Amino acid sequence: MTTSADLQVHDQDEHHHDSGGDTVFGFWIYIMSDCILFATLFATYAVMSGSFAGQITPKELFDLNFVLGETALLLFSSFTFGMAMLYAHKKSMRGMITWLLITFALGLGFLGMELFEFYHFSHEGATPQTSGYWSAFYGLVATHGLHVTGGLIWMLILFAHFKRDGFSDANMVRLACLSLFWHFLDVIWICVFSVVYLMGVM
Amino acid sequence: MSSKATIVTEPDIIFGKLTLDVIPFTDPVILPVMIACMLGGIGLFALITKMGKWGYLWNEWLTSVDHKRIGVMYIIVAIVMLVRGFSDALMMRAQQAFATADEVGAGFLPPEHYDQIFTAHGTIMIFFVAMPLVIGLMNVVVPLQIGARDVAFPFLNSLSFWLFVVGALLVNISLFVGEFAATGWLAYPPLSGIEYSPWVGVDYWLWALQISGIGTLLTGVNFFVTIMKMRAPGMRLMQMPVFTWTSLCANILIVISFPILTVTITLLTLDRYIGTHFFTNDLGGNQMMYVNLIWAWGHPEVYILILPAFGVFSEVTATFSRKRLFGYTSLIWATLVIMVLSFVVWLHHFFTMGSGASVNAFFGIATMIISVPTGVKIFNWLFTMYKGRVEFSASMWWTISFLFTFTIGGMTGVMLAIPAADFVLHNSLFLIAHFHNVIIGGAVFGYFAGLTYWFPKATGFMLDEKLGKISCALWTVGFFVAFMPLYILGFNGMTRRLNYYDNPEWTMLLWVAAFGAIIVLAGITVQLWMGYVSIRDRDQNRDLTGDPWNGRTLEWATSSPPPFYNFAKMPKIHDRDEHQYKKDHGMAYEVPENYTPIHMPKNTWCGIVMSGFALMMGFAMVWHIWWMAIVGFVGIFASLIIYSFERDKDYYVQVDVIEPLEEAHLVHANPTGLRAMQDKKSSLEA
Amino acid sequence: MQELVEFMRIYQMIKNVLKCILVLLPTLFLSGCNLALFDPKGPVAEEAKSLIIISVALMLIIIIPVLMMIVYFPYKYRKGNKNAEYKPNWEHSTKIEIVVWTVPTLIVIALSYVTYVTSHSLDPRKPLGDADNQLVIQVVAMDWKWLFIYPEQGIATVNEISIPVDRPVEFRITSDTVMNSFFIPRLGSQIYAMAGMENRLHLMASEPGTFRGVSANYSGFGFSGMKFKVHATDQQGFDAWVAKVKASPKILDSETLPQLQQKTKDHPVEYFSTVDGQQFEQLIEKYSGAQNVE
Repeated sequence: MTTSADLQVHDQDEHHHDSGGDTVFGFWIYIMSDCILFATLFATYAVMSGSFAGQITPKELFDLNFVLGETALLLFSSFTFGMAMLYAHKKSMRGMITWLLITFALGLGFLGMELFEFYHFSHEGATPQTSGYWSAFYGLVATHGLHVTGGLIWMLILFAHFKRDGFSDANMVRLACLSLFWHFLDVIWICVFSVVYLMGVM
Repeated sequence: MSSKATIVTEPDIIFGKLTLDVIPFTDPVILPVMIACMLGGIGLFALITKMGKWGYLWNEWLTSVDHKRIGVMYIIVAIVMLVRGFSDALMMRAQQAFATADEVGAGFLPPEHYDQIFTAHGTIMIFFVAMPLVIGLMNVVVPLQIGARDVAFPFLNSLSFWLFVVGALLVNISLFVGEFAATGWLAYPPLSGIEYSPWVGVDYWLWALQISGIGTLLTGVNFFVTIMKMRAPGMRLMQMPVFTWTSLCANILIVISFPILTVTITLLTLDRYIGTHFFTNDLGGNQMMYVNLIWAWGHPEVYILILPAFGVFSEVTATFSRKRLFGYTSLIWATLVIMVLSFVVWLHHFFTMGSGASVNAFFGIATMIISVPTGVKIFNWLFTMYKGRVEFSASMWWTISFLFTFTIGGMTGVMLAIPAADFVLHNSLFLIAHFHNVIIGGAVFGYFAGLTYWFPKATGFMLDEKLGKISCALWTVGFFVAFMPLYILGFNGMTRRLNYYDNPEWTMLLWVAAFGAIIVLAGITVQLWMGYVSIRDRDQNRDLTGDPWNGRTLEWATSSPPPFYNFAKMPKIHDRDEHQYKKDHGMAYEVPENYTPIHMPKNTWCGIVMSGFALMMGFAMVWHIWWMAIVGFVGIFASLIIYSFERDKDYYVQVDVIEPLEEAHLVHANPTGLRAMQDKKSSLEA
Repeated sequence: MQELVEFMRIYQMIKNVLKCILVLLPTLFLSGCNLALFDPKGPVAEEAKSLIIISVALMLIIIIPVLMMIVYFPYKYRKGNKNAEYKPNWEHSTKIEIVVWTVPTLIVIALSYVTYVTSHSLDPRKPLGDADNQLVIQVVAMDWKWLFIYPEQGIATVNEISIPVDRPVEFRITSDTVMNSFFIPRLGSQIYAMAGMENRLHLMASEPGTFRGVSANYSGFGFSGMKFKVHATDQQGFDAWVAKVKASPKILDSETLPQLQQKTKDHPVEYFSTVDGQQFEQLIEKYSGAQNVE
């Protein structure tokens, strides 16, 4: 693909459009703004943490063991994503895809458990409409869940990208961004786990 | 409006809540506007078709990722929306002038209509006039000032623009289909909740802000990366032009504050659509949280609007005083201090909520502290003129008018920052006068100064200076005539958003204010006329050198309008006032020995198509047309995914394209240098 | 050094003009005598008025010189004035920097002191004088009218109150609808009325008269008509007014309250001779709801 004319241009200190480094940096900035988004939701949750309005409370519903299971899935998926990154840097398609598939399955498992939990809570009378507290609970946890869903869809698309173009520069940048995103969601989940679930049963 | 009577509670599966009743065919105010808009639209469509310009429009503008063209489009939309927002202002002033009466029904606008007008006025002026003017100016100027070829993410830039257009379109559609919010521009719940505002007005507000807000957030990320990563070699942070600095700060504020807006209006959306209890009166909802959150975004937003205007004044003052900017370092630090402090003052918007005395005092004092760096900036501009050679160009007129107006606005702002004084001034016309004083006299005058100053850079010809000065004079006088009475009315206990009032003492001053609005109208008319005259006489007013004002910063080193790649050779930076430095050292417009190919992004359909789907989704969500909302939502992401698989996103501009473009500029900017180089080359060939 | 001399010269000139303006200012304020906020009828509004004047005076110390420099500098250093000094590369002066950072800072420190003191002295929650002597009025913002309940007297009114002069009044304020703001300009401070919450505001009238009261926070289509009259009278006048209300045939109970809860515009004044039960407390309870006991 690369012609000598291209090489000549790259030798110069020319500014380059959408170069990989800038994209990852830009994605970092996006992650920071996403952080603010979650911070706002956490603040909302904190304000609403006592607004039960006489309705069912989280103490009656939260099952820490179940949530620990969820947490384990997501934390482990961060590790498997890390493995996938290692193989990607070694340019091993097979290793990378295998670890990404494991990551995908773990993410899907997490999502399934979360949906089951929502279903269970709603059945017990804790829907987003029940009280200010439950609105804030679903608002925060489901926003994280939506991010995970987005990450999973992105992963599927990335499979297609890698299938077509292999370890191209653009694909490596995409993978690096998704990896950032995935670890970020892990960090957020740890906050959700501590602030919502641990403090909720305390 | 009249359609209020027919609130649809059970949406149809195909049309949602949409029925023919929602189009205000019978409204005597809206119908003529609707007909005029439709005729205008058809006329424009026919004209473009007849001239065969659709291909040109699509290829050169609508799909463009060129920051300069996107900037120009932002500014055009902003001016259209300014006319809309200002019509609302005229109607409000007229209504209040006429509406002395004991009972509802005074004036010519019933509250159901009037209340939508003041909501639309605020929303439009902030989100769809001030914001696009700021972002438009940034787009045109910042990459040129830092010597970049484009922004960091050109496609995202196009997407941001089109998402903003979707927001503007939704607000305008609400005029003809259904209604707009009647809640005030920040839509405080519970009034904006489904219980008290059951019809679609608030939904239009929500989706317009949500969609355009996401566009703004992307702009923030984009420009932050652009300024941090794409400066020309040698340009240190403390060598950036002040407009770039203030833009950087504004974009940091965008990245930090807009997610808060996104969350806040999402939560309100959830309250309205699925019945959650974030902000409701009952079941644990907390309306005070909304007010806190919206101002945690809203106060930084004020600085997003004003900081780039400060940047404009810095550039204009230095250029037209023919002198280096006084106190560059302290000006930058002042900007940074303002940026940080803007996050710890939000509570001053609602001292009257009943927080404790110490909390109020803290936020009051924090607010006053902001006036110190702001005051320092005023002194910096003053001492830039001191021992300079001040030329009174039109942009300098705006600057001096700003200094005068804004200083007064700053003083009334500090009065409002004292909680105990705010207890009697809050929500009064004094407050209205204050924020118009700083937004018009501060931000808007800054944008006009910037438009006048950079117009030749963006278009290649100058704006008519004389008409510019006349419009500045009309705006300034009109502003004082319109808003000084409001200060007095505020002292006389008149509160904001009144549809009618039974106090005849107020009538006289409201007539004066209405007269002031008419003077401003004359100012706007002169501006539109100035635009027309300048375009008509463009051949006499060409800017051939690219440096019509004898400017100091890098954007004046390239041609007007700049070639799409901005700079054929990356400039090496020596000084803060780089272009002035080069002119002083005889290094300006150097003719390079040879050119190299330039890597540039290609235009893309994706931004406008994604936004088309976003418009579909927004409109469908407003009217509860679920199938269409799903189509729109899927369409947005499908377009993005298809785009991600495109291979052909960039290309190299070849030397044979670059050379003639550069020579066309150099032949005016540096004819001797160009001739010398040509002679040298031909002798080498020989 | 030279620029400092020049600066001082300008400053002297500005100071002279400043003196003239300071002489003119009181006249300006006197002419604003009939403006609601400059014609206070109670101690809270009186203090707010002095606060406004003090803060403006403090700021004018710097605002007036700045305004004059804005006119003088561009004029003096205009392009056509070849006599004026021209220093194209002069961009820094530590002395000027120190002055322009210090002077505003000093003024802000002074203003901060004033702010801190008045935030506490004018805290709406702080009772005026003897807390036992005060008259309690419960205030409910409704769509679109004000309901007032006098728990001590056992009466209720809509869109009209009477208060004895020189007796501190405690307003206990809530809302049965969206957010409003309870404001009587001539008596002073306003405060928000919010559903499910009780805000307190302490005011007092020091002169008899009839004052306007409004909602200062937009609350919907009937907002402009949400106003009430405040009659400040002597004790006899107040007693007579209470007696007049007590003579009304209407009572406020679970039947009449729902009628008031209907949305109405420009609601007329109404009197209720009796208040049945704890209407005010129940209206708050309705929204704050049952609380979970820990």
